[in-house]
Amino acid sequence: MSAGVWDWSQGVWDWAAANWYFPQEPGRGIRPRLVEHIRLAYASIAIGLALAIPLGLACVRWKVLYPPLLTGVNVLYAVPSIALFFLLLPYTGFSDWTAILPLALYTLVILLPNVVDGLNQVPDHVRQAAVAMGFGPLRRLVRVETPVAVPVIIAGLRVASVATISMVSVASLVGLGGLGRLILSDGFRRQFDAPIVVGVVLVVLLAFATDALLVLAQRLLTPWARRDRRRGGPRRRRRAAVSPVGAPALESTAVAPPGKG
Amino acid sequence: MITFEGAAKHYPDGTVAVADLDLTVETGRTTVFVGPSGSGKTTSLRMINRMVEPTRGTVRIDGVDIRDRDPALLRRGIGYVIQQAGLFPHRTVLDNIATVPLLVGTSRRAARARAAELMELVGLDPAMGRRWPHQLSGGQQQRVGVARALAADPPVLLMDEPFSAVDPVVRAGLQDELLRLQQELHKTVVFVTHDIDEAVRLGDRIAVFRPGGELAQYDTPERLLTTPVDGFVESFVGHDRGVRRLSFFPARTLPLRDDVVFEDDLKVEDVRHIAAEHPWLLVVDTDRTPLGWISERSLVGVPSGIRLSELDTVPYGHTFTAETDSLRAALDAAVLSPAGRAVGVDGDGRVLGVVSQDELGAALWSVAE
Ligand SMILES: Nc1ncnc2c1ncn2[C@@H]1O[C@H](COP(=O)(O)OP(=O)(O)OP(=O)(O)O)[C@@H](O)[C@H]1O
Ligand SMILES: [Mg+2]
Repeated sequence: MSAGVWDWSQGVWDWAAANWYFPQEPGRGIRPRLVEHIRLAYASIAIGLALAIPLGLACVRWKVLYPPLLTGVNVLYAVPSIALFFLLLPYTGFSDWTAILPLALYTLVILLPNVVDGLNQVPDHVRQAAVAMGFGPLRRLVRVETPVAVPVIIAGLRVASVATISMVSVASLVGLGGLGRLILSDGFRRQFDAPIVVGVVLVVLLAFATDALLVLAQRLLTPWARRDRRRGGPRRRRRAAVSPVGAPALESTAVAPPGKG
Repeated sequence: MITFEGAAKHYPDGTVAVADLDLTVETGRTTVFVGPSGSGKTTSLRMINRMVEPTRGTVRIDGVDIRDRDPALLRRGIGYVIQQAGLFPHRTVLDNIATVPLLVGTSRRAARARAAELMELVGLDPAMGRRWPHQLSGGQQQRVGVARALAADPPVLLMDEPFSAVDPVVRAGLQDELLRLQQELHKTVVFVTHDIDEAVRLGDRIAVFRPGGELAQYDTPERLLTTPVDGFVESFVGHDRGVRRLSFFPARTLPLRDDVVFEDDLKVEDVRHIAAEHPWLLVVDTDRTPLGWISERSLVGVPSGIRLSELDTVPYGHTFTAETDSLRAALDAAVLSPAGRAVGVDGDGRVLGVVSQDELGAALWSVAE
């Protein structure tokens, strides 16, 4: 059997090498698809994060905002991404925005509960101490509560980034770029499996690399957060959507798992 | 001076956390709020820095109604220490201490230098300044909490059960430290505790709260223990208050006899005649450092010519410092001594003399009413 697998992988590899990049036609090949994929995914994640933090802060400051906002974004999350891409097409055409807007929204849906739970999870005595030392509400939020919430926010970002990277592939269905083009257009249409394999492997590798970057970012941003920091402590009041440091636990929110299509 | 004028806190659910509190906290002194759980101590304390706004009445600091002060600015001039220390987990110990100076615009360098000074003041190794709070023990975190509260040199320090989450030994150490700091700094300290012993130890004045947020008695520790105003205060201060009260009487009034104190190079025959009258003799070295007790019985059958230093002695247990300790310490030393007698020493630990049970009894009798 190994000879067959070997030949097959050799074929995939040869195809990838032959189609990696065409200097004469910069738009063709695998590399431009990968670059597009990274661009679409990272832009979506960045915009989602940029929205989630102020919205999360607002939801903590004005608690009444949170339930309607969360319901609203959750409802949007329930709309299949492909439908959203098609709905946006008349307005944004085949520009990046057609992919980025819905994907940023999905990132927001995953991140918002994390931001809110992360902020709410700041131990009460820490918050009280900040008040007592003369931090105003805004300064307290920015200088104390947000930094303390960073591990929880990054944990959410890890889930959101994997989900977004995988969902960018779907954008190719409506003719947008990304590695999905290899899987959907080249692969399925031509009944040829090398592009599918290359596309899937690259998506998975990109997801891994992004996750590793986020773990690194967490180490650098929160040197104070040790893994056993809260062992058995009485501090944790509310159960967060994602444990402070470590594996995501999505069941306590209304968010679907990252496998959404 | 902090004055509560009819200050009350009623919550919308009908709870009366504090009922019309009239009380004056003296400047430069330690005032302790003590009382059972739920009696309004924390609520009263937080009225001072406006973390709780009274629903009725006024709180003034040096005559100024605190409602006229901006809460954030007011709080920067009032140190606050709480039970779990409330350190910021994302800042190093040094930066935690520097928080308020940084907040009021001190340069980072100056704020950190001040923080390092404060670490020494509260008995922490400045090398710990680079650690994260979770890398400290509970007692060390509490010291950091105190240092942080003192960093901007506020005239007022509010402490809400600051030492109740640490073990008794560490707690006693922190209490000593606070007493020492207070002798140096003379802050207006308001200290909340449930523990009457802690209150008596630290307070210049003690306010006893009763359930319902009423002030039951506001007095000096001594008067609180001698003349509790009612059954509630009496049971709160405890039935062993008689013994506690002895802490307010100096041991220096006790007669110390040194005719039963002998240096260890004497020979057995030199002391035999004393031992006939006094069952216990204290052996000291030539510096008058206590070595131990010998009993009359242990001398029986010992041949002449033997020096006291060659005999087995019974450990002398605790001593009390005649000049500075209280009758309570002397009584403690006597009770814990195998000889039933207390050894009085001077500031350098040299034996001044021994107080017998009879004399101690007479002294206790004279302070009882
Ligand atoms: N936000 C609130 N709403 C209603 N009741 C409250 C509120 N905060 C405090 N109370 C009540 O006010 C009373 C006084 O509370 P406070 O915290 O001052 O007590 P305490 O003397 O500090 O008690 P402890 O020794 O347990 O700390 C309690 O009965 C408490 O339940
Ligand atoms: Mg309390």
